[in-house]
Amino acid sequence: MSNLAWIFVSTLVVNNFTLVMFLGLCSFFGVTAKVETAWRLGIANTLVLLLTAVSAWVLNTYVLTRTPFLRTVAFIVVIASGVQITEMAVRKYFPVLFRQLGIYLPLITTNCAILGLALFQTSRHYTLVEGIVFALGAGFGLTLALSLMASIRERMELADVPAVARKMGLVLIVASCLSMAFMGFAGMGTSQ
Amino acid sequence: MTAAAMPAVPGAPPPATMFQDIWRGISRENPVVVQMLGMCPTMAVTNLVANGVAMGLATTFVMVGAGLFVSLFRRRIANEVRITSYILIIATFVTLADMILAATFPVISKALGPFMPLIVANCLLLGRAEAFAAKVGVARAVADGFGMGMGFTLSLTVLSAVRELLGRGTLFGFGVLGPRYEPWVFMVLPPGGFFALGLLLLAVAWVAGRRRRLEATA
Repeated sequence: MSNLAWIFVSTLVVNNFTLVMFLGLCSFFGVTAKVETAWRLGIANTLVLLLTAVSAWVLNTYVLTRTPFLRTVAFIVVIASGVQITEMAVRKYFPVLFRQLGIYLPLITTNCAILGLALFQTSRHYTLVEGIVFALGAGFGLTLALSLMASIRERMELADVPAVARKMGLVLIVASCLSMAFMGFAGMGTSQ
Repeated sequence: MTAAAMPAVPGAPPPATMFQDIWRGISRENPVVVQMLGMCPTMAVTNLVANGVAMGLATTFVMVGAGLFVSLFRRRIANEVRITSYILIIATFVTLADMILAATFPVISKALGPFMPLIVANCLLLGRAEAFAAKVGVARAVADGFGMGMGFTLSLTVLSAVRELLGRGTLFGFGVLGPRYEPWVFMVLPPGGFFALGLLLLAVAWVAGRRRRLEATA
């Protein structure tokens, strides 16, 4: 049990997917202009991460046992179709949510956090339950990082900054400070 | 892939010479400092120059191979399944690159770890396949892939050189700043990655702004 709790806390803050492991940076910089969208995208990502954790475990245990070199290809195909299915289901049953998410839903396919989760889960030999907890921690960590960044950027809109820093330069420096703050959690245990 | 990156090339790209196709990726449309694509590997592996160069060259290999095959099959791939087809082509070349690197430089391969197969999810690859390679002939697609790959490698090399030099006082593992240099460890840690890229972007924005001012006064 303590092992599961540790996996959750570790992926949530100590080894935060976005700020410490550098996964899912495209959406971190691309869609964090507004808190509302950032938060929603985080939740959508969490759903896909959960789906991926389960499918990666099934693939590793039953399908890819004798062909480990096909892992990358198999994972990405499963992720691409998983995102497609999620998109169709959301469009059919939650049309309002579908309109709010818009273009961000299909873009989850090229989010490296999803494939990264499947690969790290494989290299650490997680069981099914551990994998699900890992996905939850990663998803909430992603949501946390996205919302934090979006809140700061909403404030920065009004700040008077030099013209040179007005585009992405300042955003990266802010990300650096956030990442530094998350490094403070490293004292909580060994980073594996 | 950011939403803004997609409509940059509506329809087929305008005609250009082979040199322009290559040079564009290195300069005006540099994937890292201008388009901000492929950020994850950019930050994750640039704590050592050797890792940065290896990641850049591996990505170039995949870009050229994927550009070649996407362009070859561009009339045969149905529109509805094109993204999945591109991803499959890219994943095949990534697997190849992963195996070649593991066989030739096992140390670097180990250091890159899961970030090698993660090249598949590099939005630069899918973005160029969709926006460029699927719409032009084989020669142009390969030239563009090579140029973009080289631009990516160049940015990664600069970034990792700065980080390794300041964070460890070495370059390619050789001591450069001498034993009296106190390493600025921050630079090789994750926050240093964001910080170094931020400084690089500020420098690029400053140079671009200065050039624009000079052109306006001339």
